[in-house]
Amino acid sequence: MALTEPKRPTTGLLDVARIKADFPLLTDTVVNGYPIVYLDSASSSQKPQSVLSAMDDVYHHSYANVHRGVYGIAADATERYEAARAKIARFIGAPSTAGVVFTKNVTEAFNLVAYTWGRANLSAGDVVVLTEIEHHANLVPWLMLKHERDIELRFIPMAPDFTLDLSGLDQLLDGAKLLSVTAMSNVLGTLTPVRQLADAAHAAGALCMVDGAQYVPHLATNVIELGCDLFGFTGHKMLGPTGIGVLWGREELLNEMPAFLGGGEMIRDVRLDGWTPNDIPWKFEAGTPPIVEAIGLGAAVDYLEALGMDAVRRHEIALTTYALDTLTARFGDELIIQGPTDPAGRGGVLSFSYRDVHPHDISQVLDERGVCVRAGHHCAKPLMRVLGVGATARASLYVYNDEADIDAFADALEAAGEFFAL
Amino acid sequence: MPGLEDLYREIILDHYRNPRNRGELEVPPAHRVEGFNPLCGDEIVVYLDVDAEGVVEDIRIGGQGCSISQSSASMMSAAVKGKTIDEVHELTKAFKAMMSIHESSLEGDDAEPEEFPDINLGDLEALRGVVRFPVRIKCATLSWNTLAQGLDEAASAAS
Repeated sequence: MALTEPKRPTTGLLDVARIKADFPLLTDTVVNGYPIVYLDSASSSQKPQSVLSAMDDVYHHSYANVHRGVYGIAADATERYEAARAKIARFIGAPSTAGVVFTKNVTEAFNLVAYTWGRANLSAGDVVVLTEIEHHANLVPWLMLKHERDIELRFIPMAPDFTLDLSGLDQLLDGAKLLSVTAMSNVLGTLTPVRQLADAAHAAGALCMVDGAQYVPHLATNVIELGCDLFGFTGHKMLGPTGIGVLWGREELLNEMPAFLGGGEMIRDVRLDGWTPNDIPWKFEAGTPPIVEAIGLGAAVDYLEALGMDAVRRHEIALTTYALDTLTARFGDELIIQGPTDPAGRGGVLSFSYRDVHPHDISQVLDERGVCVRAGHHCAKPLMRVLGVGATARASLYVYNDEADIDAFADALEAAGEFFAL
Repeated sequence: MPGLEDLYREIILDHYRNPRNRGELEVPPAHRVEGFNPLCGDEIVVYLDVDAEGVVEDIRIGGQGCSISQSSASMMSAAVKGKTIDEVHELTKAFKAMMSIHESSLEGDDAEPEEFPDINLGDLEALRGVVRFPVRIKCATLSWNTLAQGLDEAASAAS
C-alpha cells in the first residue's frame, strides 16, 4: 500500500492543559481529594478520547472481520485496518507497509524473531550480543534459546555514568550473528547510540534488532536512519490500546524468516499435505488480528503527529530538566537518580532511591496523594543487580505531564520522608 | 493521613527497623528456601531448623523488601519459633484469613470463611490494616508462603 504525505507537525512546546483535557481518566480521577498525577507512562500510557472514540466507532459502525468479506462493512473494516498499518509505517519512516507486522505487544515481537529467525539461524555456539540494561522481553527469549540449543550470549556492560560501555564492543561483536539492544532504557532513561551500534553490528556481519518500546512514544523515529534490521515497539505505551504491538523488519529479512504462528490469514494455499505462506506482513499475522486495537493505534499516531514528535521531545527534555532540578534542590543527597543527569542523553524515565524507604512504601504514600509511580524491578532484574539495588521507584513523564505534576510528586515524596523518618 | 496509619502501625515500623531473627543457619542441617513477591521488589530467604519431633527449633530471615514484607517476616519468625509444624500451619491459615485469604473461598462466595478463635496472632494483629490495601497483601504473605514451602520441602526431605 502506498504511503501518503505526513501531516505537518505543530511547533513549540506542548500545551499540557489542553492535552490533559483530552484524556478522560486524567480529568475525571480524584484520589483522596487530590487530582490524579499519573507518572507511570513508561509502564503504560493513558489514552486520549480520540483513540477511544475511534475504537468505539469501529464497533458501532464498521465492525467485521478483515481480509475476508466482500460486503460493505467488511471492506470498510479492512480499509481502516490497513490504513492504520500505513499510518504506523509512515510514523516510523518505514519504506512501505510490507515491513510492518502487527503483534500482540513488543514482547511478542521479540519472541517472534527468536522463534523464527533464531531457530532458523542459530545453533550451538552461535553468538547473540545483548546488554546488561535490557528489559526481560529482550533477554528471556534469548535465554530460552541458550537453554534449548546452547547459543552464546554476550552482554555490553553499563558504564558508571549509566550509558553503555562500548570500549569492548568489537570483541563482543566478533563472530556474532545478532546484536539486540534497547533504544531507550525503561529504568535508566538512557538513550543508546543505535546507529553506531547497528553499523558496528553490520561491520561484524551481524544483524541488529532494536527495542523501541520506550523510544517510539517519545522521539521522532526513523528505522532507516537508525540503521537496524528489526525494530519492535508497542501501542499501549504510545497512547494506543493494549493488545497491539509492531515488529518492523527489512523486507528481504522478513521474507527469509519462517512463519511464526500457523493458521488462517498467514497462508496462500493449504492442502491436507502442505501449505504455502502469504506475502509479508500477513505471513506473520495468523488468525483474526486485533482489528480494533490496530485502528486505535492508528488514531494514537494521529494524535502524536498532531502534537509533533519534535515538540513531544522538546517538552520532555524541558520537563525532565525541571524534574531533575527540583528533585536535587528539594532532596539533595537523600535522593539518588539511577540514570544519566544530562536531559539530552535520556528520556523522561526517572528511577530513583530515596533514603532507605522501600519503593513499595514510597509508592504507597504517594498513592495517598494521587501520585502514581512504579515500584519494583521494572522487568530488568539483571540491571537491578548491576545498580546494586533490590528495587527502585520510578516516575516517568509523557505528553500530559507538566511542572505541577512534578511539584505534586516532590510534595508527596517529602510526605513519605516524614512518615518514615527514623 | 489516617489511611496510612492503619497500614503502618508502630509495631510494623518497629519490626521493620529492628527485624528479629535476621541471619543465616548452616545448611544442612537447616533448610534454605527463597521466595519472590509477584508484586516485584521483595525477596526473602528463610532458614529453618526443624527437629525430629517436628518442632521449628530455629529460624532465620534474609533478603530485602518493603516495610510490610520485612515486618511480617520478622513477626512470623518470632511467632513460629518453638512451634510444631501443625501449629505453624494453623497459625499460617489464621494469618492468611486475616489477610482475607481463605482456602475455601476458591469454591465461591457461598463457602463460609474458616474462623480461628483459639489462635493468638499477637504482634501479627498489627498487619490487619493490610487488608484495606489489597495490592500489599502479597507483601505480607510472602514470608508465610515461603515458610510453608520450606516446611513442605523439609518434610519431604525427612521422609
